[in-house]
Amino acid sequence: MAELVVNGVSYELDEDGFLEDASVWNEDVAKALAPHEDVEELTEEHWKMINYLRDYYAQYGVAPMVRKLLKDTGYTQKTIYELFPTGPGKGACKVAGLPKPTGCV
Amino acid sequence: MADKKTPQLDELQNGKWPSFVTEIKKAAVKNEASKELLHLLERSYEEKRGHWKHGGIVGVKGYGGGVIGRYSDLPEEYPHLQAFHTVRINAPSGWFYSTDSLRKICDIWERRGSGLMNLHGATGDAILLGTTTDQLQPIFDELSEEGFDLGGSGSDLRSPSCCVGPARCEHACYDTLEACYNITNTFQDELHRPMWPYKSKIKFSGCANDCTASIARSDCAVIGTWRDSLIIDPEEVKNYAASGMNIQHVCEGCPTEALKYNAETQELSVIADECSRCMHCINRMPKAITPGNDRGATILIGGKSTIVQSAFMGWVIVPFMKMEAESDYEEFKDIITRIWEWWDENGKTRERIGETIYRLGMSKFLTEVGLPAVPQMVYRPRANPYVFWPEDEIKK
Ligand code: HEM
Ligand code: HEM
Ligand code: SF4
Ligand code: SF4
Repeated sequence: MAELVVNGVSYELDEDGFLEDASVWNEDVAKALAPHEDVEELTEEHWKMINYLRDYYAQYGVAPMVRKLLKDTGYTQKTIYELFPTGPGKGACKVAGLPKPTGCV
Repeated sequence: MADKKTPQLDELQNGKWPSFVTEIKKAAVKNEASKELLHLLERSYEEKRGHWKHGGIVGVKGYGGGVIGRYSDLPEEYPHLQAFHTVRINAPSGWFYSTDSLRKICDIWERRGSGLMNLHGATGDAILLGTTTDQLQPIFDELSEEGFDLGGSGSDLRSPSCCVGPARCEHACYDTLEACYNITNTFQDELHRPMWPYKSKIKFSGCANDCTASIARSDCAVIGTWRDSLIIDPEEVKNYAASGMNIQHVCEGCPTEALKYNAETQELSVIADECSRCMHCINRMPKAITPGNDRGATILIGGKSTIVQSAFMGWVIVPFMKMEAESDYEEFKDIITRIWEWWDENGKTRERIGETIYRLGMSKFLTEVGLPAVPQMVYRPRANPYVFWPEDEIKK
Protein backbone atom coordinates (compact mmCIF):
# COMPACT_ATOMS: atom_id res chain seq x y z
CA MET A 1 0.00 0.00 0.00
CA ALA A 2 1.44 3.37 -1.01
CA GLU A 3 1.65 6.20 1.45
CA LEU A 4 1.95 9.94 1.28
CA VAL A 5 3.99 11.80 3.88
CA VAL A 6 2.97 15.40 4.52
CA ASN A 7 4.43 17.48 7.36
CA GLY A 8 5.73 14.33 9.00
CA VAL A 9 2.27 12.69 8.95
CA SER A 10 1.76 9.58 6.86
CA TYR A 11 -1.46 9.10 4.83
CA GLU A 12 -2.49 5.79 3.29
CA LEU A 13 -3.29 5.75 -0.43
CA ASP A 14 -5.03 3.03 -2.42
CA GLU A 15 -3.56 1.59 -5.65
CA ASP A 16 -4.92 4.49 -7.66
CA GLY A 17 -3.47 7.08 -5.30
CA PHE A 18 -6.81 8.03 -3.72
CA LEU A 19 -6.85 8.61 0.04
CA GLU A 20 -7.91 5.42 1.82
CA ASP A 21 -9.67 7.57 4.40
CA ALA A 22 -11.12 10.67 2.76
CA SER A 23 -11.83 12.29 6.12
CA VAL A 24 -8.11 12.93 6.81
CA TRP A 25 -7.85 15.33 3.86
CA ASN A 26 -6.41 18.82 4.42
CA GLU A 27 -5.01 21.53 2.17
CA ASP A 28 -1.43 20.36 2.52
CA VAL A 29 -2.51 16.87 1.51
CA ALA A 30 -4.14 18.38 -1.61
CA LYS A 31 -0.88 20.17 -2.45
CA ALA A 32 1.03 16.91 -2.07
CA LEU A 33 -1.46 14.94 -4.22
CA ALA A 34 -1.52 17.51 -7.04
CA PRO A 35 1.86 16.63 -8.66
CA HIS A 36 0.69 13.01 -9.03
CA GLU A 37 -2.07 14.33 -11.32
CA ASP A 38 0.19 16.50 -13.47
CA VAL A 39 -0.74 19.66 -11.59
CA GLU A 40 2.44 21.56 -10.77
CA GLU A 41 0.94 24.17 -8.53
CA LEU A 42 -2.54 24.66 -7.12
CA THR A 43 -3.68 28.09 -8.30
CA GLU A 44 -6.73 30.03 -7.22
CA GLU A 45 -8.67 28.42 -10.07
CA HIS A 46 -7.73 24.96 -8.85
CA TRP A 47 -8.89 25.84 -5.34
CA LYS A 48 -12.21 27.13 -6.63
CA MET A 49 -12.82 23.72 -8.16
CA ILE A 50 -11.53 21.80 -5.12
CA ASN A 51 -13.66 23.80 -2.70
CA TYR A 52 -16.70 23.43 -4.91
CA LEU A 53 -16.28 19.65 -5.06
CA ARG A 54 -15.80 19.43 -1.31
CA ASP A 55 -18.83 21.59 -0.54
CA TYR A 56 -21.00 19.61 -2.92
CA TYR A 57 -19.85 16.33 -1.46
CA ALA A 58 -20.39 17.54 2.09
CA GLN A 59 -23.93 18.57 1.21
CA TYR A 60 -25.09 15.69 -1.00
CA GLY A 61 -22.78 12.79 -0.21
CA VAL A 62 -21.91 12.24 -3.89
CA ALA A 63 -19.65 13.92 -6.43
CA PRO A 64 -21.55 16.31 -8.76
CA MET A 65 -22.34 15.29 -12.34
CA VAL A 66 -20.03 16.94 -14.85
CA ARG A 67 -22.81 19.12 -16.22
CA LYS A 68 -23.69 20.37 -12.75
CA LEU A 69 -20.04 21.07 -12.07
CA LEU A 70 -19.69 23.11 -15.27
CA LYS A 71 -22.82 25.12 -14.54
CA ASP A 72 -21.90 25.87 -10.94
CA THR A 73 -18.22 26.71 -11.49
CA GLY A 74 -18.66 28.40 -14.87
CA TYR A 75 -15.73 26.36 -16.20
CA THR A 76 -15.85 24.60 -19.56
CA GLN A 77 -14.90 20.97 -20.04
CA LYS A 78 -11.72 22.25 -21.72
CA THR A 79 -10.77 24.43 -18.76
CA ILE A 80 -11.19 21.53 -16.41
CA TYR A 81 -8.76 19.39 -18.39
CA GLU A 82 -6.36 22.33 -18.55
CA LEU A 83 -6.49 22.63 -14.78
CA PHE A 84 -6.56 18.88 -14.13
CA PRO A 85 -5.08 17.05 -17.16
CA THR A 86 -6.21 13.66 -15.86
CA GLY A 87 -9.82 14.83 -15.80
CA PRO A 88 -12.50 15.76 -13.26
CA GLY A 89 -12.82 12.24 -11.81
CA LYS A 90 -9.28 10.94 -11.56
CA GLY A 91 -7.64 14.36 -11.19
CA ALA A 92 -9.87 16.87 -9.44
CA CYS A 93 -11.79 14.46 -7.17
CA LYS A 94 -8.55 12.82 -6.06
CA VAL A 95 -6.87 16.10 -5.15
CA ALA A 96 -10.06 17.30 -3.46
CA GLY A 97 -10.09 14.18 -1.30
CA LEU A 98 -13.39 12.74 -2.56
CA PRO A 99 -13.92 8.97 -2.65
CA LYS A 100 -12.91 7.15 -5.81
CA PRO A 101 -15.46 7.22 -8.66
CA THR A 102 -17.06 3.82 -9.17
CA GLY A 103 -19.18 2.06 -11.75
CA CYS A 104 -18.63 1.13 -15.38
CA VAL A 105 -15.61 3.40 -15.92
CA MET B 1 6.73 -17.87 -9.59
CA ALA B 2 7.14 -21.63 -9.46
CA ASP B 3 5.28 -23.56 -12.14
CA LYS B 4 1.97 -24.76 -10.78
CA LYS B 5 -0.43 -27.20 -12.28
CA THR B 6 -3.63 -26.09 -14.01
CA PRO B 7 -5.67 -29.31 -14.33
CA GLN B 8 -9.05 -27.63 -14.85
CA LEU B 9 -7.82 -25.22 -17.48
CA ASP B 10 -5.94 -28.06 -19.20
CA GLU B 11 -9.31 -29.73 -19.78
CA LEU B 12 -10.23 -26.75 -21.91
CA GLN B 13 -7.42 -27.52 -24.34
CA ASN B 14 -9.36 -30.59 -25.46
CA GLY B 15 -12.06 -30.50 -28.10
CA LYS B 16 -12.36 -28.86 -31.48
CA TRP B 17 -12.88 -25.20 -30.69
CA PRO B 18 -9.75 -23.01 -30.52
CA SER B 19 -8.70 -22.98 -26.87
CA PHE B 20 -8.14 -19.72 -25.03
CA VAL B 21 -6.05 -21.70 -22.55
CA THR B 22 -3.63 -22.64 -25.32
CA GLU B 23 -3.40 -18.96 -26.25
CA ILE B 24 -2.70 -17.82 -22.69
CA LYS B 25 -0.09 -20.56 -22.36
CA LYS B 26 1.65 -19.25 -25.48
CA ALA B 27 1.75 -15.77 -23.99
CA ALA B 28 2.87 -17.19 -20.62
CA VAL B 29 6.10 -18.43 -22.19
CA LYS B 30 7.13 -14.82 -22.79
CA ASN B 31 5.38 -12.99 -20.00
CA GLU B 32 5.18 -13.41 -16.23
CA ALA B 33 1.81 -11.65 -15.87
CA SER B 34 0.22 -14.03 -18.39
CA LYS B 35 1.70 -16.96 -16.53
CA GLU B 36 0.29 -15.76 -13.24
CA LEU B 37 -3.02 -15.07 -14.93
CA LEU B 38 -3.25 -18.73 -15.85
CA HIS B 39 -2.70 -19.74 -12.23
CA LEU B 40 -5.05 -17.16 -10.82
CA LEU B 41 -7.72 -18.30 -13.28
CA GLU B 42 -7.23 -21.92 -12.24
CA ARG B 43 -7.68 -20.80 -8.67
CA SER B 44 -10.89 -18.97 -9.58
CA TYR B 45 -12.15 -22.14 -11.24
CA GLU B 46 -11.47 -24.05 -8.04
CA GLU B 47 -13.00 -21.49 -5.72
CA LYS B 48 -15.73 -20.44 -8.16
CA ARG B 49 -15.11 -16.74 -7.56
CA GLY B 50 -13.26 -13.86 -9.18
CA HIS B 51 -10.07 -12.44 -7.73
CA TRP B 52 -10.18 -8.87 -8.97
CA LYS B 53 -10.79 -5.95 -6.68
CA HIS B 54 -13.63 -3.53 -7.09
CA GLY B 55 -13.08 -0.71 -9.58
CA GLY B 56 -9.85 1.11 -10.41
CA ILE B 57 -9.28 4.64 -11.72
CA VAL B 58 -6.32 5.03 -14.07
CA GLY B 59 -5.87 6.76 -17.39
CA VAL B 60 -3.73 8.92 -19.62
CA LYS B 61 -3.19 12.64 -19.61
CA GLY B 62 -5.92 14.70 -21.25
CA TYR B 63 -8.47 11.88 -21.36
CA GLY B 64 -11.08 10.86 -18.81
CA GLY B 65 -11.69 7.42 -20.30
CA GLY B 66 -10.15 4.65 -22.38
CA VAL B 67 -8.41 2.58 -19.71
CA ILE B 68 -10.07 0.15 -17.30
CA GLY B 69 -8.06 -0.15 -14.06
CA ARG B 70 -7.90 -3.58 -12.43
CA TYR B 71 -6.07 -4.91 -9.35
CA SER B 72 -5.83 -8.47 -8.11
CA ASP B 73 -7.04 -9.07 -4.56
CA LEU B 74 -4.08 -11.43 -4.02
CA PRO B 75 -1.13 -9.15 -4.87
CA GLU B 76 1.33 -10.95 -2.55
CA GLU B 77 0.75 -14.30 -4.21
CA TYR B 78 0.47 -12.92 -7.75
CA PRO B 79 2.83 -9.92 -7.80
CA HIS B 80 2.66 -9.46 -11.58
CA LEU B 81 -1.11 -9.14 -11.37
CA GLN B 82 -1.09 -6.48 -8.69
CA ALA B 83 -2.12 -4.12 -11.48
CA PHE B 84 -3.61 -5.61 -14.66
CA HIS B 85 -5.22 -2.73 -16.54
CA THR B 86 -7.09 -2.96 -19.84
CA VAL B 87 -6.46 -0.50 -22.66
CA ARG B 88 -9.17 0.09 -25.26
CA ILE B 89 -7.98 1.01 -28.75
CA ASN B 90 -10.54 2.47 -31.12
CA ALA B 91 -10.60 -0.10 -33.93
CA PRO B 92 -10.81 0.74 -37.65
CA SER B 93 -14.32 0.76 -39.18
CA GLY B 94 -15.50 -2.80 -39.81
CA TRP B 95 -12.31 -4.21 -38.23
CA PHE B 96 -10.34 -4.03 -41.48
CA TYR B 97 -6.60 -4.16 -40.72
CA SER B 98 -3.40 -4.43 -42.63
CA THR B 99 -0.93 -6.92 -41.13
CA ASP B 100 1.42 -3.97 -40.84
CA SER B 101 -0.84 -2.10 -38.43
CA LEU B 102 -1.55 -5.23 -36.37
CA ARG B 103 2.19 -5.90 -36.09
CA LYS B 104 2.70 -2.40 -34.75
CA ILE B 105 0.09 -2.90 -32.04
CA CYS B 106 1.57 -6.29 -31.15
CA ASP B 107 5.11 -4.91 -30.94
CA ILE B 108 4.06 -2.18 -28.52
CA TRP B 109 1.95 -4.57 -26.50
CA GLU B 110 4.60 -7.29 -26.18
CA ARG B 111 7.06 -4.75 -24.82
CA ARG B 112 4.71 -2.94 -22.48
CA GLY B 113 1.92 -5.35 -21.59
CA SER B 114 0.95 -8.98 -21.06
CA GLY B 115 0.80 -9.80 -24.76
CA LEU B 116 -2.83 -10.89 -24.33
CA MET B 117 -5.54 -9.21 -26.39
CA ASN B 118 -9.23 -9.42 -27.02
CA LEU B 119 -10.08 -8.98 -30.69
CA HIS B 120 -12.49 -7.39 -30.13
CA GLY B 121 -14.39 -6.09 -27.13
CA ALA B 122 -18.16 -6.25 -27.51
CA THR B 123 -18.38 -2.52 -28.24
CA GLY B 124 -15.79 -2.95 -30.98
CA ASP B 125 -12.51 -1.75 -29.48
CA ALA B 126 -9.28 -3.68 -29.87
CA ILE B 127 -8.56 -4.62 -26.27
CA LEU B 128 -5.10 -4.86 -24.73
CA LEU B 129 -5.47 -7.04 -21.65
CA GLY B 130 -3.21 -6.41 -18.71
CA THR B 131 -0.54 -3.83 -18.00
CA THR B 132 0.74 -1.68 -15.13
CA THR B 133 -0.02 1.95 -14.36
CA ASP B 134 3.45 3.28 -15.29
CA GLN B 135 3.13 1.75 -18.78
CA LEU B 136 -0.15 3.47 -19.67
CA GLN B 137 1.19 6.82 -20.83
CA PRO B 138 4.08 5.28 -22.85
CA ILE B 139 1.64 2.81 -24.48
CA PHE B 140 -0.67 5.67 -25.38
CA ASP B 141 2.19 7.79 -26.75
CA GLU B 142 3.50 4.96 -28.89
CA LEU B 143 0.05 4.02 -30.17
CA SER B 144 -0.54 7.66 -31.10
CA GLU B 145 2.76 7.66 -33.01
CA GLU B 146 1.37 4.78 -35.08
CA GLY B 147 -1.92 6.56 -35.71
CA PHE B 148 -4.09 4.77 -33.17
CA ASP B 149 -6.18 6.41 -30.47
CA LEU B 150 -7.92 5.12 -27.37
CA GLY B 151 -11.57 4.10 -27.38
CA GLY B 152 -14.24 5.20 -24.92
CA SER B 153 -15.11 4.17 -21.39
CA GLY B 154 -17.09 5.69 -18.52
CA SER B 155 -19.91 8.19 -18.94
CA ASP B 156 -18.89 9.21 -22.44
CA LEU B 157 -19.58 8.39 -26.07
CA ARG B 158 -18.26 4.84 -26.36
CA SER B 159 -16.41 3.82 -29.50
CA PRO B 160 -18.96 3.68 -32.34
CA SER B 161 -18.85 0.53 -34.48
CA CYS B 162 -20.30 -0.67 -37.76
CA CYS B 163 -20.93 -3.72 -39.94
CA VAL B 164 -18.63 -4.47 -42.92
CA GLY B 165 -21.16 -2.59 -45.02
CA PRO B 166 -20.38 -1.75 -48.65
CA ALA B 167 -16.80 -3.02 -48.28
CA ARG B 168 -18.08 -6.55 -48.70
CA CYS B 169 -21.85 -6.65 -48.54
CA GLU B 170 -24.31 -6.03 -51.38
CA HIS B 171 -27.14 -5.27 -48.92
CA ALA B 172 -25.56 -2.12 -47.51
CA CYS B 173 -27.91 0.87 -47.86
CA TYR B 174 -25.30 3.44 -46.87
CA ASP B 175 -21.56 3.56 -46.29
CA THR B 176 -21.45 2.29 -42.70
CA LEU B 177 -17.63 2.42 -42.59
CA GLU B 178 -17.43 6.03 -43.70
CA ALA B 179 -20.30 7.12 -41.45
CA CYS B 180 -18.75 5.39 -38.42
CA TYR B 181 -15.34 6.93 -39.10
CA ASN B 182 -16.61 10.41 -39.86
CA ILE B 183 -18.95 10.57 -36.87
CA THR B 184 -16.34 9.10 -34.50
CA ASN B 185 -13.96 11.87 -35.56
CA THR B 186 -16.55 14.59 -35.11
CA PHE B 187 -17.27 13.53 -31.55
CA GLN B 188 -13.71 12.89 -30.30
CA ASP B 189 -14.21 15.23 -27.38
CA GLU B 190 -17.41 13.50 -26.27
CA LEU B 191 -15.57 10.18 -26.58
CA HIS B 192 -12.43 11.04 -24.62
CA ARG B 193 -13.83 13.29 -21.94
CA PRO B 194 -16.81 11.80 -20.10
CA MET B 195 -19.39 14.51 -19.44
CA TRP B 196 -22.78 12.84 -19.51
CA PRO B 197 -25.10 11.19 -16.98
CA TYR B 198 -23.96 7.80 -18.25
CA LYS B 199 -22.52 5.93 -21.23
CA SER B 200 -23.87 6.39 -24.75
CA LYS B 201 -23.29 4.11 -27.74
CA ILE B 202 -23.84 4.42 -31.50
CA LYS B 203 -23.79 1.49 -33.90
CA PHE B 204 -24.13 1.49 -37.66
CA SER B 205 -25.73 -1.37 -39.59
CA GLY B 206 -26.08 -1.23 -43.35
CA CYS B 207 -29.49 -2.92 -43.45
CA ALA B 208 -32.19 -4.46 -41.26
CA ASN B 209 -30.20 -7.69 -40.87
CA ASP B 210 -28.39 -5.56 -38.30
CA CYS B 211 -25.10 -7.44 -38.19
CA THR B 212 -23.79 -5.18 -35.39
CA ALA B 213 -26.90 -5.95 -33.28
CA SER B 214 -27.27 -2.19 -33.01
CA ILE B 215 -30.93 -2.37 -31.99
CA ALA B 216 -30.02 -4.25 -28.83
CA ARG B 217 -26.59 -2.89 -27.96
CA SER B 218 -26.54 0.79 -28.74
CA ASP B 219 -28.36 3.84 -27.39
CA CYS B 220 -28.55 5.07 -30.95
CA ALA B 221 -28.89 2.54 -33.77
CA VAL B 222 -28.47 3.66 -37.38
CA ILE B 223 -29.98 0.94 -39.56
CA GLY B 224 -29.86 1.11 -43.34
CA THR B 225 -33.08 1.05 -45.36
CA TRP B 226 -34.67 2.42 -48.54
CA ARG B 227 -37.90 4.26 -49.22
CA ASP B 228 -38.72 3.48 -52.85
CA SER B 229 -39.44 -0.06 -54.03
CA LEU B 230 -37.02 -2.94 -53.72
CA ILE B 231 -35.69 -3.99 -57.13
CA ILE B 232 -36.50 -7.33 -58.73
CA ASP B 233 -34.48 -8.77 -61.60
CA PRO B 234 -36.96 -11.01 -63.54
CA GLU B 235 -34.21 -13.04 -65.25
CA GLU B 236 -32.61 -13.93 -61.94
CA VAL B 237 -36.02 -14.90 -60.54
CA LYS B 238 -36.33 -17.41 -63.39
CA ASN B 239 -32.83 -18.70 -62.62
CA TYR B 240 -33.80 -19.29 -59.00
CA ALA B 241 -36.95 -21.06 -60.15
CA ALA B 242 -34.91 -23.20 -62.52
CA SER B 243 -32.53 -24.11 -59.71
CA GLY B 244 -35.51 -25.60 -57.87
CA MET B 245 -36.10 -22.87 -55.30
CA ASN B 246 -39.60 -22.75 -53.85
CA ILE B 247 -40.33 -19.08 -54.51
CA GLN B 248 -43.87 -19.39 -53.24
CA HIS B 249 -42.33 -20.34 -49.93
CA VAL B 250 -40.23 -17.16 -49.92
CA CYS B 251 -43.43 -15.15 -50.43
CA GLU B 252 -45.08 -16.93 -47.52
CA GLY B 253 -42.29 -15.62 -45.30
CA CYS B 254 -43.08 -12.00 -46.16
CA PRO B 255 -44.49 -10.51 -42.93
CA THR B 256 -46.73 -8.02 -44.74
CA GLU B 257 -47.79 -10.24 -47.67
CA ALA B 258 -46.28 -7.66 -49.99
CA LEU B 259 -44.48 -10.16 -52.18
CA LYS B 260 -46.42 -12.06 -54.85
CA TYR B 261 -45.29 -14.84 -57.14
CA ASN B 262 -47.03 -16.13 -60.21
CA ALA B 263 -45.72 -19.65 -60.66
CA GLU B 264 -47.05 -19.95 -64.20
CA THR B 265 -45.38 -16.87 -65.60
CA GLN B 266 -42.53 -17.09 -63.06
CA GLU B 267 -43.09 -13.43 -62.27
CA LEU B 268 -42.28 -12.00 -58.89
CA SER B 269 -43.76 -8.64 -57.86
CA VAL B 270 -43.93 -6.46 -54.80
CA ILE B 271 -46.44 -3.95 -53.44
CA ALA B 272 -43.84 -1.36 -52.48
CA ASP B 273 -46.11 0.55 -50.11
CA GLU B 274 -46.69 -2.55 -48.03
CA CYS B 275 -43.14 -3.88 -47.87
CA SER B 276 -41.68 -3.30 -44.40
CA ARG B 277 -38.11 -3.80 -45.67
CA CYS B 278 -37.53 -6.78 -43.43
CA MET B 279 -34.81 -8.20 -45.74
CA HIS B 280 -36.28 -11.72 -45.77
CA CYS B 281 -36.84 -12.01 -49.54
CA ILE B 282 -33.53 -10.26 -50.28
CA ASN B 283 -31.68 -12.66 -48.01
CA ARG B 284 -33.29 -15.64 -49.71
CA MET B 285 -32.79 -14.40 -53.28
CA PRO B 286 -29.82 -12.00 -53.17
CA LYS B 287 -29.14 -12.30 -56.89
CA ALA B 288 -32.71 -11.44 -57.86
CA ILE B 289 -33.78 -8.88 -55.25
CA THR B 290 -31.90 -5.80 -54.04
CA PRO B 291 -32.74 -2.83 -51.83
CA GLY B 292 -34.22 0.15 -53.67
CA ASN B 293 -32.31 3.12 -55.05
CA ASP B 294 -33.45 5.80 -52.61
CA ARG B 295 -31.40 4.66 -49.65
CA GLY B 296 -30.75 5.96 -46.16
CA ALA B 297 -31.25 4.80 -42.61
CA THR B 298 -33.77 4.50 -39.82
CA ILE B 299 -32.63 6.00 -36.51
CA LEU B 300 -33.60 4.20 -33.31
CA ILE B 301 -33.04 5.26 -29.74
CA GLY B 302 -32.83 3.67 -26.33
CA GLY B 303 -31.25 0.20 -26.69
CA LYS B 304 -29.61 -0.93 -23.45
CA SER B 305 -29.01 -3.83 -21.09
CA THR B 306 -31.01 -4.72 -17.99
CA ILE B 307 -29.82 -2.30 -15.31
CA VAL B 308 -31.79 -0.39 -13.90
CA GLN B 309 -35.11 -0.13 -15.73
CA SER B 310 -35.02 -3.54 -17.62
CA ALA B 311 -33.51 -4.30 -20.99
CA PHE B 312 -34.68 -2.12 -23.90
CA MET B 313 -34.35 -2.55 -27.62
CA GLY B 314 -34.04 0.64 -29.60
CA TRP B 315 -37.25 2.14 -31.01
CA VAL B 316 -37.79 4.38 -34.03
CA ILE B 317 -37.33 8.13 -33.72
CA VAL B 318 -36.56 8.94 -37.36
CA PRO B 319 -38.14 6.54 -39.90
CA PHE B 320 -35.88 7.67 -42.73
CA MET B 321 -32.79 9.83 -42.97
CA LYS B 322 -30.28 10.21 -45.78
CA MET B 323 -26.82 9.09 -44.71
CA GLU B 324 -24.41 10.55 -47.25
CA ALA B 325 -20.76 11.49 -46.90
CA GLU B 326 -21.34 14.48 -49.22
CA SER B 327 -23.52 16.15 -46.60
CA ASP B 328 -20.98 15.25 -43.89
CA TYR B 329 -23.84 13.49 -42.04
CA GLU B 330 -25.00 16.93 -40.95
CA GLU B 331 -28.58 15.92 -40.22
CA PHE B 332 -27.56 12.98 -38.08
CA LYS B 333 -24.96 14.98 -36.15
CA ASP B 334 -27.44 17.75 -35.60
CA ILE B 335 -30.07 15.44 -34.16
CA ILE B 336 -27.73 13.36 -32.02
CA THR B 337 -26.22 16.56 -30.57
CA ARG B 338 -29.67 17.82 -29.61
CA ILE B 339 -30.53 14.44 -28.09
CA TRP B 340 -27.37 14.36 -25.97
CA GLU B 341 -27.97 17.94 -24.89
CA TRP B 342 -31.52 17.09 -23.78
CA TRP B 343 -30.40 13.95 -21.97
CA ASP B 344 -27.52 15.77 -20.27
CA GLU B 345 -29.97 18.42 -19.06
CA ASN B 346 -32.67 15.98 -17.93
CA GLY B 347 -30.95 12.68 -17.17
CA LYS B 348 -30.24 11.56 -13.64
CA THR B 349 -26.86 10.17 -12.63
CA ARG B 350 -26.39 6.75 -14.26
CA GLU B 351 -29.57 6.99 -16.29
CA ARG B 352 -29.35 5.79 -19.89
CA ILE B 353 -31.10 7.89 -22.53
CA GLY B 354 -33.74 5.17 -22.98
CA GLU B 355 -34.62 5.37 -19.30
CA THR B 356 -34.75 9.16 -19.32
CA ILE B 357 -37.24 9.02 -22.20
CA TYR B 358 -39.19 6.28 -20.44
CA ARG B 359 -39.39 8.38 -17.29
CA LEU B 360 -40.26 11.71 -18.91
CA GLY B 361 -42.20 10.42 -21.91
CA MET B 362 -41.75 10.33 -25.65
CA SER B 363 -43.90 13.39 -26.21
CA LYS B 364 -41.70 15.56 -24.01
CA PHE B 365 -38.57 14.07 -25.59
CA LEU B 366 -39.79 14.59 -29.16
CA THR B 367 -41.08 18.09 -28.52
CA GLU B 368 -37.90 19.23 -26.82
CA VAL B 369 -35.41 17.75 -29.33
CA GLY B 370 -37.60 18.94 -32.20
CA LEU B 371 -38.69 15.70 -33.84
CA PRO B 372 -42.22 15.20 -35.21
CA ALA B 373 -44.32 12.39 -33.75
CA VAL B 374 -45.16 9.87 -36.49
CA PRO B 375 -47.03 6.53 -36.51
CA GLN B 376 -43.84 4.56 -37.30
CA MET B 377 -42.66 5.25 -33.76
CA VAL B 378 -45.19 2.95 -32.13
CA TYR B 379 -46.12 -0.69 -32.50
CA ARG B 380 -49.69 0.19 -31.55
CA PRO B 381 -51.40 3.17 -29.93
CA ARG B 382 -51.71 3.32 -26.15
CA ALA B 383 -54.44 1.18 -24.59
CA ASN B 384 -55.12 3.40 -21.58
CA PRO B 385 -56.82 6.82 -21.63
CA TYR B 386 -54.47 8.66 -19.25
CA VAL B 387 -53.50 11.26 -21.79
CA PHE B 388 -51.86 14.50 -20.81
CA TRP B 389 -52.74 17.65 -22.69
CA PRO B 390 -50.52 20.70 -22.74
CA GLU B 391 -52.40 23.62 -21.17
CA ASP B 392 -52.27 25.74 -24.34
CA GLU B 393 -53.84 23.01 -26.50
CA ILE B 394 -57.08 22.96 -24.54
CA LYS B 395 -59.99 25.14 -25.71
CA LYS B 396 -61.59 26.59 -22.65
C1 HEM C 1 -77.42 0.12 -9.54
C2 HEM C 1 -76.13 0.19 -9.47
C3 HEM C 1 -75.28 1.02 -10.37
C4 HEM C 1 -75.60 1.85 -11.38
C5 HEM C 1 -76.97 2.27 -11.90
C6 HEM C 1 -74.37 2.34 -11.91
C7 HEM C 1 -74.27 3.23 -12.97
C8 HEM C 1 -73.10 3.68 -13.48
C9 HEM C 1 -72.99 4.60 -14.55
C10 HEM C 1 -74.14 5.22 -15.32
C11 HEM C 1 -71.66 4.80 -14.77
C12 HEM C 1 -71.06 5.71 -15.79
C13 HEM C 1 -70.72 4.97 -17.05
C14 HEM C 1 -70.10 5.86 -18.09
O1 HEM C 1 -69.75 7.04 -17.81
O2 HEM C 1 -69.89 5.38 -19.22
C15 HEM C 1 -70.96 4.03 -13.83
C16 HEM C 1 -69.59 3.98 -13.80
C17 HEM C 1 -68.92 3.27 -12.83
N1 HEM C 1 -69.47 2.48 -11.88
FE1 HEM C 1 -71.39 2.11 -11.55
N2 HEM C 1 -73.35 1.77 -11.23
C18 HEM C 1 -73.88 0.96 -10.28
C19 HEM C 1 -73.20 0.19 -9.37
C20 HEM C 1 -71.83 0.21 -9.24
C21 HEM C 1 -71.12 -0.53 -8.23
C22 HEM C 1 -71.73 -1.44 -7.18
C23 HEM C 1 -69.79 -0.27 -8.43
C24 HEM C 1 -68.57 -0.75 -7.71
C25 HEM C 1 -68.56 -1.48 -6.63
C26 HEM C 1 -69.70 0.63 -9.56
C27 HEM C 1 -68.52 1.12 -10.06
C28 HEM C 1 -68.45 1.96 -11.13
C29 HEM C 1 -67.19 2.44 -11.64
C30 HEM C 1 -65.79 2.11 -11.13
C31 HEM C 1 -67.48 3.27 -12.72
C32 HEM C 1 -66.55 4.04 -13.58
C33 HEM C 1 -66.18 3.26 -14.80
C34 HEM C 1 -65.27 4.08 -15.72
O3 HEM C 1 -65.10 5.28 -15.49
O4 HEM C 1 -64.74 3.51 -16.66
N3 HEM C 1 -70.98 0.88 -10.02
N4 HEM C 1 -71.85 3.33 -13.05
C1 HEM D 1 -56.41 0.96 -5.08
C2 HEM D 1 -57.65 1.07 -5.37
C3 HEM D 1 -58.21 1.93 -6.45
C4 HEM D 1 -57.62 2.50 -7.50
C5 HEM D 1 -56.15 2.47 -7.92
C6 HEM D 1 -58.64 3.19 -8.25
C7 HEM D 1 -58.39 3.92 -9.40
C8 HEM D 1 -59.36 4.58 -10.05
C9 HEM D 1 -59.13 5.36 -11.23
C10 HEM D 1 -57.79 5.53 -11.93
C11 HEM D 1 -60.31 5.87 -11.62
C12 HEM D 1 -60.57 6.71 -12.82
C13 HEM D 1 -60.46 8.15 -12.47
C14 HEM D 1 -60.76 9.01 -13.65
O1 HEM D 1 -60.27 8.73 -14.77
O2 HEM D 1 -61.47 9.99 -13.50
C15 HEM D 1 -61.29 5.45 -10.68
C16 HEM D 1 -62.60 5.81 -10.74
C17 HEM D 1 -63.53 5.30 -9.88
N1 HEM D 1 -63.33 4.48 -8.82
FE1 HEM D 1 -61.60 3.78 -8.18
N2 HEM D 1 -59.80 3.01 -7.61
C18 HEM D 1 -59.59 2.23 -6.53
C19 HEM D 1 -60.53 1.79 -5.60
C20 HEM D 1 -61.87 2.04 -5.71
C21 HEM D 1 -62.90 1.54 -4.79
C22 HEM D 1 -62.59 0.65 -3.60
C23 HEM D 1 -64.08 2.00 -5.25
C24 HEM D 1 -65.46 1.80 -4.72
C25 HEM D 1 -65.80 1.10 -3.67
C26 HEM D 1 -63.82 2.80 -6.39
C27 HEM D 1 -64.77 3.43 -7.13
C28 HEM D 1 -64.53 4.22 -8.21
C29 HEM D 1 -65.59 4.91 -8.92
C30 HEM D 1 -67.07 4.92 -8.65
C31 HEM D 1 -64.93 5.60 -9.97
C32 HEM D 1 -65.61 6.46 -10.98
C33 HEM D 1 -65.54 7.87 -10.59
C34 HEM D 1 -66.03 8.73 -11.70
O3 HEM D 1 -66.19 8.25 -12.84
O4 HEM D 1 -66.22 9.95 -11.44
N3 HEM D 1 -62.49 2.81 -6.66
N4 HEM D 1 -60.68 4.67 -9.75
S1 SF4 E 1 -26.13 -5.31 -41.58
FE1 SF4 E 1 -26.82 -5.58 -43.69
S2 SF4 E 1 -25.32 -4.36 -44.84
FE2 SF4 E 1 -24.38 -4.73 -42.86
S3 SF4 E 1 -23.16 -6.59 -43.17
FE3 SF4 E 1 -25.18 -7.20 -42.34
S4 SF4 E 1 -26.36 -7.73 -44.17
FE4 SF4 E 1 -24.64 -6.50 -44.87
S1 SF4 F 1 -38.33 -7.13 -47.71
FE1 SF4 F 1 -39.62 -8.28 -46.30
S2 SF4 F 1 -41.52 -7.10 -46.21
FE2 SF4 F 1 -40.44 -6.42 -48.05
S3 SF4 F 1 -41.24 -7.72 -49.70
FE3 SF4 F 1 -39.37 -8.71 -48.92
S4 SF4 F 1 -40.14 -10.17 -47.42
FE4 SF4 F 1 -41.80 -8.70 -47.76
